[in-house]
Amino acid sequence: MHELAITESVLKIAVEHARAAGASRITDVHLVIGQLSSFIDDSIQFYWEIICEGTPAEGAILRFRRVPAELHCLACEAHYGLNGDDLACPECGGTQIRVLAGEEFNLEAIDVEGDEEPVAASTGADG
Amino acid sequence: MSQRIPVVEKILSANDQLAEDIRKRLDAAGVFSYNLMASPGAGKTSLIERTIAGLAGRNRLAVIDGDVATSIDADRARAAGALAVQINTGGECHLDAFMMKSALETLNLDLVDLLIVENVGNLICPASFKLGTHRSVLIASVPEGDDKPYKYPGMYRGVDALVINKTDLLPHVDFDMAYFRRGVEILNPELVTFPLSCRTGEGLEAWLEWVAAGPDGGQARDDRE
Repeated sequence: MHELAITESVLKIAVEHARAAGASRITDVHLVIGQLSSFIDDSIQFYWEIICEGTPAEGAILRFRRVPAELHCLACEAHYGLNGDDLACPECGGTQIRVLAGEEFNLEAIDVEGDEEPVAASTGADG
Repeated sequence: MSQRIPVVEKILSANDQLAEDIRKRLDAAGVFSYNLMASPGAGKTSLIERTIAGLAGRNRLAVIDGDVATSIDADRARAAGALAVQINTGGECHLDAFMMKSALETLNLDLVDLLIVENVGNLICPASFKLGTHRSVLIASVPEGDDKPYKYPGMYRGVDALVINKTDLLPHVDFDMAYFRRGVEILNPELVTFPLSCRTGEGLEAWLEWVAAGPDGGQARDDRE
């Protein structure tokens, strides 16, 4: 359910950066989502197609890059990935762990096209 | 012609920024604040009622209540003796910093020492949206089951304290406390934990002390961001 708020935020950031760069159209949006973050690609995609209509991002393709979880056991120093749902250390069963990667939720880059149209003519994405 | 523009921005940066402004505003007003999160029915409102009653005459409390609909919770907080503001999210499953800001505008912070925000009952979404509060608290309750830390890691990772409510029901339900605590330990080592029962009052004293201590109440860890 929170994916709508998330998607609106993605759109807002993307459009702001496109404008700042003087671009009139966004073709691709590159998102980085950690394996441990609680965001669902399909829901973001669903809302995206609805809310980007009439904005410079209309028709832009969302490209998701998943970052695998990287965990570190504080007891035996093992580095390991997610194995099922249990985050405990597979080597020693340790429960004192540190998450090194996998919680990312960032907008990494956008691909834009600039054409002859003045940037100011593009429609706003606010609200 | 296509061109790539690096952005590298946290997707919730606008919310995070506003949350920081809210924190500054609360600090300037000398208000210490708690974001209470839990699934529906875990006992958020009951704990708030108990907290208001327990700290009466000691700290001036205000409550911001987030719900999809109704003002039942704010009414209960008000009846218990606190200043209370209701936010109806109109379907949103969490509070965000923007809602928090509007609610704060209706509160006279000069009359408040401690502010408790009761988030929308939900174990997923509220974890992602910072409100600017000083401490995040999760209430788990015994009847929900001992597997919740394993199922909702995001929520358990992000909090500064954990209340385990309805401990009076432990003899009646299959709740393996060791299994539950192991799950918590993995996600949030050395998390401050308060097992208690809002119904019987057992264990409440330690919780009240922690809330009343405000900034001195301690925080499990500072390295999460």
